Amino acid sequence: MAADRVDRRKGAIYGDEILEISALPTIRRRHYGRVVGVALIVVAVAFIAKAFSEGQIEWKVVGQFFTAPAILFGLLNTIWMTLCAMTLGIVLGVIFAIMYMSPNPVISRCAIAYIWFFRGTPLLLQLLLWFNLALVFPTISIPGLFEARMVDVMTPFVATLLGLGLNQGAYTAEVVRGGILSVDTGQVEASKSIGMTPLATLFHIVLPQAMRVIVPPVGNEVISMVKLTSIASVIGYSEVLRNSQDVYYANGRVIELLIVTACWYLAVVTVLQIGQHFLERYFSKGYSRRNGVPAPAASA
Amino acid sequence: MNEMVRAAGVNKVFGTFAALKDVSLAVSRGEVTCIIGPSGSGKSTFLRCVNQLERPDSGAIVIDGELIGYRRAQQHLLELADKEIARQRLMTGMVFQRFNLFAHLTALQNVMLGPIKVQGRPRREVEKEAVTLLERVGLADKRFNYPSELSGGQQQRVAIARALAIQPKLLLFDEPTSALDPELVGEVLNVMRDLARSGMTMIVVTHELAFAREVADHVVFMDQGAIVERGAPGAILVDPQHPRTQNFIKAVLK
Repeated sequence: MAADRVDRRKGAIYGDEILEISALPTIRRRHYGRVVGVALIVVAVAFIAKAFSEGQIEWKVVGQFFTAPAILFGLLNTIWMTLCAMTLGIVLGVIFAIMYMSPNPVISRCAIAYIWFFRGTPLLLQLLLWFNLALVFPTISIPGLFEARMVDVMTPFVATLLGLGLNQGAYTAEVVRGGILSVDTGQVEASKSIGMTPLATLFHIVLPQAMRVIVPPVGNEVISMVKLTSIASVIGYSEVLRNSQDVYYANGRVIELLIVTACWYLAVVTVLQIGQHFLERYFSKGYSRRNGVPAPAASA
Repeated sequence: MNEMVRAAGVNKVFGTFAALKDVSLAVSRGEVTCIIGPSGSGKSTFLRCVNQLERPDSGAIVIDGELIGYRRAQQHLLELADKEIARQRLMTGMVFQRFNLFAHLTALQNVMLGPIKVQGRPRREVEKEAVTLLERVGLADKRFNYPSELSGGQQQRVAIARALAIQPKLLLFDEPTSALDPELVGEVLNVMRDLARSGMTMIVVTHELAFAREVADHVVFMDQGAIVERGAPGAILVDPQHPRTQNFIKAVLK
């Protein structure tokens, strides 16, 4: 009876017809939309390439200044500042994340206030505040130990480091807190059960597992830090953009030098991206199947 | 003293919910005590009080003659520092319902972590011992696997090896087979049976009544935060006196 009903439907396949069908060759569908898309991209790229080759850019000058001492020195300062500010940011981030989660309301609110202030005001403004701190406190001293004029202490390097580092710390604190929250409470209980103190638990169990969640956003922030250092040019820190500006004020090759600088930023970021990839792989151990080998099945 | 654990008048309140009401219990050295009862009856909470994952609101717990969580100063009890509490936890090994193996460490590293980082023992000696412990639970060949690569039963056996590695005076099991697929329960119970035979003092919160009947020296039935009935497994499990115990056992066996 069921067969009767199937027979009556138009184009219904029944019986051994399927055997015949299964032997037929298949023809892949053409994606004309994609073909048109590719053609458009090729044309656009060709236009851009043509424009640049005819534009008023002297590529020879780009090559010339690519390894100029002023540029390389600036690049070194950029990398050094990224390293210092990021280190300060991560250390502060971990400390304030832990303070945030403290059961003591004074400690946790102190962390909340820090994050509120440094996340809530523009970075450029913070840099200017640090750089002009001498207007508020002309001298800095620890009684009996050390005394100095603020203008001598608050060099462009120190002001930039404090500005970028403290700002970064506020963002990293939230990232670290998220990472810590992602670790299952059972891990903490198990750690306590084998006699670990709260501090040992944090360093041996919680943070290593939190790293899996922390590394991708922090890697992202390292990359944005490389580029953020460029705003230190306004307070006279000689990083790569500032130095290339100094050069083009002198020789007028504005675009050529900006291209040189852009290439160096891209080079640094590319290296960092590769580093992040390996770091992520390291901290995901125990969570993904290793070397693409499937996890062994349960055995008796 | 032949008494390994002694709890006296332990109370614990979560908000307005009384999780433990005046619980008193003694466990002798080398004995196995099984705690049974419906969920929410306070079994796990009591176990967690013994190794100080929870702090009782009142009452006292003594393990092998040592007061837990406090130091007596004449007519007061002074709360111990984190470090002291951590040291006291080395007296107990805990096996959790959800295994709680450290996800970023291999089976072997899980077992070795306590002895090395907490007890500060030499790595070479600890490693040898850890492999022996993993052999004892039948998993020496899985020592380089991460927990995510092991079945539930295997993870729980590694967790037992980890609990044994700190050389505790007693083992606490918090529903060790409740999170396992039925066909994996047996392998874990076998390891626990061997441990009981070897003379380990154990407190086991469980729903495995057959296991309790076979292995336990004492069975305690808890309901609504209080101990309702206690005695030999033959008495409690076969011929319970209290109607609540009777109902529970009837319901579980159904």
